[in-house]
Amino acid sequence: MIKAILIFNNHGKPRLSKFYEHYSEDTEQQIIRETFHLVSKRDENVCNFLEGGMLIGGSDYRLIYRHYATLYFVFCVDSSESELGILDLIQVFVETLDKCFENVCELDLIFHVDKVHNILAEMVMGGMVLETNMNEIITQVDSQNKMEKSEAGIAGAPARAVSAVKNMNLPEMPRNINIGDISIKVPNLPSFK
Amino acid sequence: MPAVSKGDGMRGLAVFISDIRNCKSKEAEIKRINKELANIRSKFKGDKALDGYSKKKYVCKLLFIFLLGHDIDFGHMEAVNLLSSNKYTEKQIGYLFISVLVNSNSELIRLINNAIKNDLSSRNPTFMCLALHCIANVGSREMAEAFASEIPRILVAGDTMDSVKQSAALCLLRLYKTSPDLVLMGEWTSRVVHLLNDQHMGVVTAAISLITCLSQKNPDEFKTCVSLAVSRLSRIVSSASTDLQDYTYYFVPAPWLSCKLLRLLQCYPPPEDGAVKGRLVECLETILNKAQEPPKSKKVQHSNAKNAILFEAISLIIHYDSEPNLLVRACNQLGQFLQHRETNLRYLALESMCTLASSEFSHEAVKTHIETVINALKTERDVSVRQRAADLLYAMCDRSNAKQIVAEMLSYLETADYSIREEMVLKVAILAEKYAVDYSWYVDTILNLIRIAGDYVSEEVWYRVIQIVINRDDVQGYAAKTVFEALQAPACHENMVKVGGYILGEFGNLIAGDPRSSPLVQFNLLHSKFHLCSVPTRALLLSAYIKFINLFPETKATIQEVLRCDSQIRNSDVELQQRAVEYLKLSSIASTDVLATVLEEMPPFPERESSILAKLKKKKGPGAVSVPELDDKREGGELNGGGDRGPDTAAMSASNAVSRYVLVASSCLFMYIGFVCKNNGVLFENQLLQIGIKSEYRQNLGRMYLFYGNKTSVQFASFTTTVSCPGELQSHILSLNVQTKPVEPLVEGGAQIQQVLNIECLTDFSEAPLLNIKFRYGGALQNLSLKLPVTINKFFQPTEMTSHDFFQRWKQLSQPQQEAQKIFKANHGMDTEVLKAKLLGLGTALLDDVDPNPENYVCAGVIQTKGQQVGCLLRLEPNGQAQMYRLTLRCSKDSVSMRLCELLAQQF
Repeated sequence: MIKAILIFNNHGKPRLSKFYEHYSEDTEQQIIRETFHLVSKRDENVCNFLEGGMLIGGSDYRLIYRHYATLYFVFCVDSSESELGILDLIQVFVETLDKCFENVCELDLIFHVDKVHNILAEMVMGGMVLETNMNEIITQVDSQNKMEKSEAGIAGAPARAVSAVKNMNLPEMPRNINIGDISIKVPNLPSFK
Repeated sequence: MPAVSKGDGMRGLAVFISDIRNCKSKEAEIKRINKELANIRSKFKGDKALDGYSKKKYVCKLLFIFLLGHDIDFGHMEAVNLLSSNKYTEKQIGYLFISVLVNSNSELIRLINNAIKNDLSSRNPTFMCLALHCIANVGSREMAEAFASEIPRILVAGDTMDSVKQSAALCLLRLYKTSPDLVLMGEWTSRVVHLLNDQHMGVVTAAISLITCLSQKNPDEFKTCVSLAVSRLSRIVSSASTDLQDYTYYFVPAPWLSCKLLRLLQCYPPPEDGAVKGRLVECLETILNKAQEPPKSKKVQHSNAKNAILFEAISLIIHYDSEPNLLVRACNQLGQFLQHRETNLRYLALESMCTLASSEFSHEAVKTHIETVINALKTERDVSVRQRAADLLYAMCDRSNAKQIVAEMLSYLETADYSIREEMVLKVAILAEKYAVDYSWYVDTILNLIRIAGDYVSEEVWYRVIQIVINRDDVQGYAAKTVFEALQAPACHENMVKVGGYILGEFGNLIAGDPRSSPLVQFNLLHSKFHLCSVPTRALLLSAYIKFINLFPETKATIQEVLRCDSQIRNSDVELQQRAVEYLKLSSIASTDVLATVLEEMPPFPERESSILAKLKKKKGPGAVSVPELDDKREGGELNGGGDRGPDTAAMSASNAVSRYVLVASSCLFMYIGFVCKNNGVLFENQLLQIGIKSEYRQNLGRMYLFYGNKTSVQFASFTTTVSCPGELQSHILSLNVQTKPVEPLVEGGAQIQQVLNIECLTDFSEAPLLNIKFRYGGALQNLSLKLPVTINKFFQPTEMTSHDFFQRWKQLSQPQQEAQKIFKANHGMDTEVLKAKLLGLGTALLDDVDPNPENYVCAGVIQTKGQQVGCLLRLEPNGQAQMYRLTLRCSKDSVSMRLCELLAQQF
């Protein structure tokens, strides 16, 4: 079973946290910090598995992670999961995000938390894997977007009109607002290390 | 075109996020967040009804704030309202909020359940999936109560869409995990198994997780899944990769599903059906063959996926442990991976090999890789890989390579990472003990261990070396000599001082003949370390000093001088002060005889599980100690012993010199003997389990209630008990008939279950029935055998008689074999009332005014067996001055006299 899926950046800022077991909010934050601490101090090209921290269940649990550019993707799983299988799953997740967001970058995860959750929900449900086929996942996400569009088409028109007018006064779209620290794209996903 | 179009996001949300990201300090961030929270709160509370878009925007903001680690204590109601919207976007965001933010908050759950119920019956697949997701993510008991019967129906209904089926399968799994009692097996069960044959691979992917979990809990009901899984696997493995289209991942057909199928098969023994088994073996061979083929892609994903299947196949082969050919192939394959350039593969290979090492078919094959593994321990850059290498060395260790492996581990310890040192120390200590051929090697190893990694040597390790030295007199002299030499070092670890103090205190006399290690030299050496040590060590040293006074009277003056000085008898630490005062007094008042008795050499420790092994198990968690054979060899495993009591607990201070015998004797045997004269009490107790007994006997029948209490907070699974009557009873004539019903296989944490035994005594007996208990705690199988306190005296009927009758019968039973007699030392004091209580507890009548000597006790009774009655007369003559007893028994059956005499001699 997958206990938790965490995404955080090189500075430990959480970008997505999804827990499939109940922890108190404080514990969740502690787990994120502890996991970041465990994962971030590891060299590149050491192995991608390590025994879980104390908080999330000790030695029966593994952290399986991948590091892409500015982001760490960490899956916390118990011994019933295949380590290499989970690594593949992370890859499927990232490739799916990449398809859905067209060259996904950290900012996409920040500004579209709901979308990322939706994509993840098409893959993992209640800690178990629902679907591993990327095309199938994208089809589902597409159909949701279509629904969203069609709903926005009828009811959202006024809101969109207002938003369009407001945007005219903005020198740039919020997406490109100066975000200081980072806006690094994930380059060429398939050739990650 | 990307699936998520950018730019149409919510502008307010984007601005807010940018604001937060531009905050220069934590304080600024908190200020901005509080402002936003106030804003959202007022919007929610405001009179104006919010439109769906605004609600969605605010809920998204709350989600973002939550992700940053701030508590969200409102908005739940708005989210619940969104659930009942007809618009997908609003419904969806409502569900998202709930699955991220709502724990089982009971008031809301009822409202949420209502919304879910509507969506489940909506026949709109998207809404149904949203609802199923929500159940699976929250998974509370209330939800299980509301939907546990509905979901199986959705899962197997013919007209359910594939995507809904997938969600329903995992939703049901979640409910089964949280509330197994609410998910009732039924007609749907067999249809679930057939989902393995489903056309849609996604459905199979989701269903297999459910089936695996159900099979683990109800293996028999789901047996049919084995052949279905094998045929599905075979179709995947043998197909050309193109057949599976979208489920082909980097040229590997359906890797995730293959892994899951192989995992499912690991829930079962090898298939019995020859054809199925043949097909499976073929699959496994194909998988092993494919590993040797040139890769179809250079991408790491390709090899990852391929190897994921390979490792699962190897796990299955190891699980079956019945195909020597496959096991050796698996071992060779792992051997190749040990040198692979991918760190992940080296890691997994080391890990799999650990389990392979315990199979008799492949143990030797694993051993051939010893040099590679030692090399890995020395050169791997990644500490987790080194850790696996150390584990594997531990697992492959046997008598033939123990010296090499222990030496390598010792030398690795000098540079090992701090995080794994303690575990390494435990492992070295265990291997050294287990494979010690000569115990001088063992002593050397442990002392080296203390020298190299003293800080990581836990109490248990040095307790154990002392236990072993005390129990083996052939090594005591060597130990004394070695530890004496080790203490010569200018700086030695405190643990070394502890071992030194203890061993020299007990066995210093064995090396005292040598003038270089004369008593005074020994004492001065120990005392030179005294001031650098912590309080517990000083306390131990003080005990060593008083033992010195006993062993070497010539040191008495010097030591008394030391004890008398203010820093000892006025020490601010109570324990030290007490020891100094008591020892000083003891040494000046007591005669040499008394001193010799009080400070007699420690009796051997009862055999029990190595305290170190227990520690390692505790450290690694149950089930994680990778050498199962270690457990098997020690009868009774972890449960057989009085816990890890270190020698210093038994190191006496003068006031409790007597009680040390009690301490040492508190093993199971002691418990068993305690039941001869009583019927109720605690039979056994350790950290996991407590067993209590209540029993009653009438004529030749008895009823015994056993209470098993789980002392942990974790469930015991597969809890089974069996009662057997050992050897002599079974082989010839059954003398005890014990009947019982099986107990519930699950014992929840903190719970107690009861078992009733009906016992019938057919004829007299001497061996007690054995109770065998097995259960799983965490992953580890616990196995425990105990003697049940059913002894022949339980079937006594008291017989009152006069003095005249008594002696008449006494004379009738005058044949030599009818009498059994024992003279023994009093073990428990000679208090009259206690004695009387014990004799009554025995089951006989205690006869007053029968024996001419009022100090003596006489008893009479008849033992009732089904076949015959055995009359018994007993006489117990205490001798208060000598603290001795004479016990005489005369019975109409010789074997009964013998047996009763043995039993009773242990009681007084």
